[in-house]
Amino acid sequence: MKISKIAEVLRADVLCCEENLEAEVASACAADMMSDVLAFVKDHAVLITGLCNPQVIRTAEMMDIVCVVYVRGKVPDAMSIELAKSKNIVLMTSKYRMYQACGILYGEGLRGGESRI
Amino acid sequence: MSEQTRISLEFDVEGDNFVSAGKASEAVKGNLKMLGLPPTIIRRAAIVMYEGEINMVIHAKGGKAYVDITDKDISITLKDEGPGIENIELAMQEGYSTAPDAIRALGFGAGMGLPNMKKYSDNMEIESEVGKGTTVRMKINIQPDSEGQQQ
Ligand SMILES: Nc1ncnc2c1ncn2[C@@H]1O[C@H](COP(=O)(O)OP(=O)(O)OP(=O)(O)O)[C@@H](O)[C@H]1O
Ligand SMILES: [Mg+2]
Repeated sequence: MKISKIAEVLRADVLCCEENLEAEVASACAADMMSDVLAFVKDHAVLITGLCNPQVIRTAEMMDIVCVVYVRGKVPDAMSIELAKSKNIVLMTSKYRMYQACGILYGEGLRGGESRI
Repeated sequence: MSEQTRISLEFDVEGDNFVSAGKASEAVKGNLKMLGLPPTIIRRAAIVMYEGEINMVIHAKGGKAYVDITDKDISITLKDEGPGIENIELAMQEGYSTAPDAIRALGFGAGMGLPNMKKYSDNMEIESEVGKGTTVRMKINIQPDSEGQQQ
């Protein structure tokens, strides 16, 4: 799914790296705990989170995550946005709650990628 | 990479600083990218280093990170003089965490760091003494036969 499509279906405001909106994401991961994100390895993923600190961006960078969606209308601090810009990670904020945002993306065909249990 | 490739990196990791936490891992990832290593290897090294770095920030008031890259493997050593781990077997269990609520609010303390480090490294050893500190050694093989092993 194109990042632009994610922004559209989640009615999200894009906060930075608009130039990457046409990039594709292959899977999604939703978490508020960064170690849960780090337990998930998938290429070109989008992270959906309610957590707003710079560690979210650092975690995303470690995992080669290309886009972060903040739910419940949250907006990250300036430092997060700067960091994301330097790492070329698209940030966007959506009014939807986590459950809704995930449901919408799933319904649009974006899957979680297989997890190894 | 050539036979003689050997890069040694050293970092000071500051305790309780959540703005700088992850910088050492970021630098290591940059180096591995520059060396043109396979993306899975890079990501695994980045994950284990980052989890270990964060652990030193959260649990040990900081420490030192040493990274050795050869054409065979990536060795990561994280050394701190923090409180130590009383029961390593327990600490290795998924979900076990002593992190306080303030740390959880930052997105850490799921008790998944050490299990992740074990899962994504080819070899991991923990040495710890209560009151003295903790040393974690991890190795990631670069050779092709190890590549498909743990993704
Ligand atoms: N360097 C360290 N010094 C002292 N104690 C540590 C250290 N690393 C880990 N521990 C102890 O081991 C526990 C488990 O660590 P682990 O990394 O698995 O989880 P966590 O750090 O609590 O949470 P998460 O990694 O999911 O954010 C910690 O809660 C802490 O008690
Ligand atoms: Mg941890």
